[in-house]
Amino acid sequence: MLQRTIPIAILCLSGVIMIVAYFVSFAVSWSETVNVWFNILSAVAFVLGAGNLLAVNLEKISSRRPGWAYAAITLVSFFFMLVVGLLKLGAVPDPKNPLIHFAGDYETSASPYGWMYEYVFSPLTSTMFGLLAFYVASAAFRAFRAKNVESILLLGTAFIILIAQTAAGMFLTGWIPQDSVFAVLRFDSLKVGITEHIQTAGMRAITIGIALGVAATSLRLILGIDKSYLSKN
Amino acid sequence: MTTTQHNAGGSAGGSSFLARLGNLDRRWIFLAMGLSIAVPTLLKLRFPEYPSPMSKATFDAVESIPEGAPVLLSFDYDPASAAELQPMARALVHHCASRHQKLVFMALWPLGKQQADKTIETVLKPFHPEYKEGVDYVQLGYQSGNEGVIKLMATNIPAQYPTDASGAALKDLPLVAGMRDLSSFKLIASISAGYPGAKEWVQYANGPMPDAFKVVGGSTGVQVSQLLPYYPHQMEGMLVAVKGAAEYEMLVEAKYPIAQPEVIGQGRVRMGPQLVAHLLMIGLIVLGNIAMVAGRSRGGAR
Amino acid sequence: MMREIRERSRSTMLLAATAAAAIAIPCCIALAEGAGDAATPAGAAVAASDSVVRTDRGPLAIAIVIVCGAVIGGIMLARTGRPLKIRRLAALDAVDEAIGRATEMGRSVLFVPGIQDMTDIQTVAGITILGRVAKTAAEYDAKLEVPTCRSIVMAAARDAVQAAHFEAGRPETYNEGNINYLTDEQFGYVAAVTGSMVRDKPAACFYMGAFYAESLLFAENGNSIGAIQIAGTAEPSQLPFFVAACDYTLIGEEFFAASAYLSGERDQLGSIKGQDFGKLLAVAAILIGCLLATVGVFAPEGAIAHAAETIKTTFGG
Repeated sequence: MLQRTIPIAILCLSGVIMIVAYFVSFAVSWSETVNVWFNILSAVAFVLGAGNLLAVNLEKISSRRPGWAYAAITLVSFFFMLVVGLLKLGAVPDPKNPLIHFAGDYETSASPYGWMYEYVFSPLTSTMFGLLAFYVASAAFRAFRAKNVESILLLGTAFIILIAQTAAGMFLTGWIPQDSVFAVLRFDSLKVGITEHIQTAGMRAITIGIALGVAATSLRLILGIDKSYLSKN
Repeated sequence: MTTTQHNAGGSAGGSSFLARLGNLDRRWIFLAMGLSIAVPTLLKLRFPEYPSPMSKATFDAVESIPEGAPVLLSFDYDPASAAELQPMARALVHHCASRHQKLVFMALWPLGKQQADKTIETVLKPFHPEYKEGVDYVQLGYQSGNEGVIKLMATNIPAQYPTDASGAALKDLPLVAGMRDLSSFKLIASISAGYPGAKEWVQYANGPMPDAFKVVGGSTGVQVSQLLPYYPHQMEGMLVAVKGAAEYEMLVEAKYPIAQPEVIGQGRVRMGPQLVAHLLMIGLIVLGNIAMVAGRSRGGAR
Repeated sequence: MMREIRERSRSTMLLAATAAAAIAIPCCIALAEGAGDAATPAGAAVAASDSVVRTDRGPLAIAIVIVCGAVIGGIMLARTGRPLKIRRLAALDAVDEAIGRATEMGRSVLFVPGIQDMTDIQTVAGITILGRVAKTAAEYDAKLEVPTCRSIVMAAARDAVQAAHFEAGRPETYNEGNINYLTDEQFGYVAAVTGSMVRDKPAACFYMGAFYAESLLFAENGNSIGAIQIAGTAEPSQLPFFVAACDYTLIGEEFFAASAYLSGERDQLGSIKGQDFGKLLAVAAILIGCLLATVGVFAPEGAIAHAAETIKTTFGG
């Protein structure tokens, strides 16, 4: 019973405080307190996550499940970064306090932590993000087919934006004078027209719908009507 | 008859080939995309850029605040999107520093602080050596809490950041010692790759105090549609992806030349591969449609 | 029976009291604003920020009262027992088909609840849908895997899946080891999930929650392994990717409506009706604003142009 009542009470109280604080000046400090508590909890959640990561990967290694070697690499990397970062191993001494080890800079690439960040972590995440270019190309190849009027419009818009987003747009239509009646046919003008009018209008419509959805869902949570995020036991 | 059959067979063969293209193994697409990026990068292809209204508005927003006024720069991205956002971050810092703005760096993303540090090391320290830490610029670093950080800063900066990233108390740093809340700034710039980012700065900083400061944003191409509704009222300027960075670089460099132009020229360097990649995508889309039509005609003949 | 009626009426009174309190605060502000002087918006904002009640935010208070009032009205209307007609969503109808296919093929079902924490309302909506997917998977005895990007989401997902197994009458098949925390790091999470997709080849993939750059990486990998894919998000920038690469997509507000729709509870379904009423008001406001602004262009000095400008500065900022 309390497992459900207390969280709902906390949610309801926090929600009402945040709303009131937006309109009443003296309640601002209450909302600050709520924010500070939220920040503390989100910091603690990192520890909770680390515990779960350990449990899952140790179980994988001990039971020799398929891919257990990846779990081992994960744990070794995790502990390496944790120890090097927490103990500031190899940190560059601070010129003002050269004798105080913990005053040293551990984020520079001259230290092991900074080096790992700069030359291992950074390239790896950039690679993952870079994969998007390849997936966008294969998705575009498959999805942009002129099957009906709507898809032809989509195709035409994609064509204009793809051209206008590069120097090719100016190369092809840059010769049309800005002040002529045909200036609207310039790729840069077409792009501005599409993004600032058509796309923004569509996006506003979707955003209004989403905002109303968020408001309704938030209200369901604050009023304790939607309890799906809580255990039923 | 034989000739006719042969022609028909040839036509059918060609049509069959085109139809099969519709199911092209995506690894060929990946290879073509890889080449379209690698070749122009290696050849260092560069093309002229022409500033768009959004990039110009960003430039004008920075120009419109008094010289020496405090500016808050929020690095809300990580290394994954640095290729797209770091060029605009460099140009923005050079622009602000050239106008002697007081700079306060912070991050809503855990790894944003490192991106800000990189920018300080590559732009601020070498090309603006007159900037002294604590007096002319402060690195507040990262705080967890997403938009909660903005909300608290909107009313009480020292409560959110009692110290800067190096652990020095804010009251001991001349630049930020007297700052109570976000209204102490004349401009807030968020360079963001998603949540939390520029949108949250508009909603939780600009929303409660719309006239206190100007907000400008830099965004990845994929995120820009979410920010468009806020431009130009809540967000005075916006830099859109690598192209926005390239345009902004041109505007900044034209007014505030830098000893090593390549430091704030990375956006323009990256526009070469972007042009070829976009042309490839147009080609692929055309090819996909030809394959679809060929497939339909084959279906119709049967 | 009497006890049930008593509990029901007590719950309605509680709802009404909370709703009244929630509405009363913005109402007072709206009244206070009416009593205040008509300064310029900028000047009013500065003056108002120093007063106890932020009168400059009166228009927003009115908007909150209207929207919240509509939603609460919808809930109370639903409690009267009137029939509620909610449009069917193809994406939700396809849930059973997708899980059934996975069961027939002997493959697993993958559910990705986005990459944000429980503080994001999309994640909460995603967890509600997870409950329904988990119940169906439990009934079909299909293996459901839920990799999470946040530890708190993992805890919530475990609760939801366990509750679903109980509801399905198969608590013994619940395995919390299938619901794991991977990493908070966005692309580390993507690498782990897409890697498992390629290795395990799930037959049905659900992406429900807040997604960013990883949306297309998930959807394209899912497409390459031939999985049925159903997505739902309120991130407008990611919707085109899901629409292009997935079989079904819940777009924006549909996603929030889905969590209420799937719950089957009258209160929640009533809130959808209230939400629709709010949308109707938004449409009406847009039409009136457009009409006034258009007429105002032809008579810039007239009363209509003045009215349009007043509405714009009051509500538009």
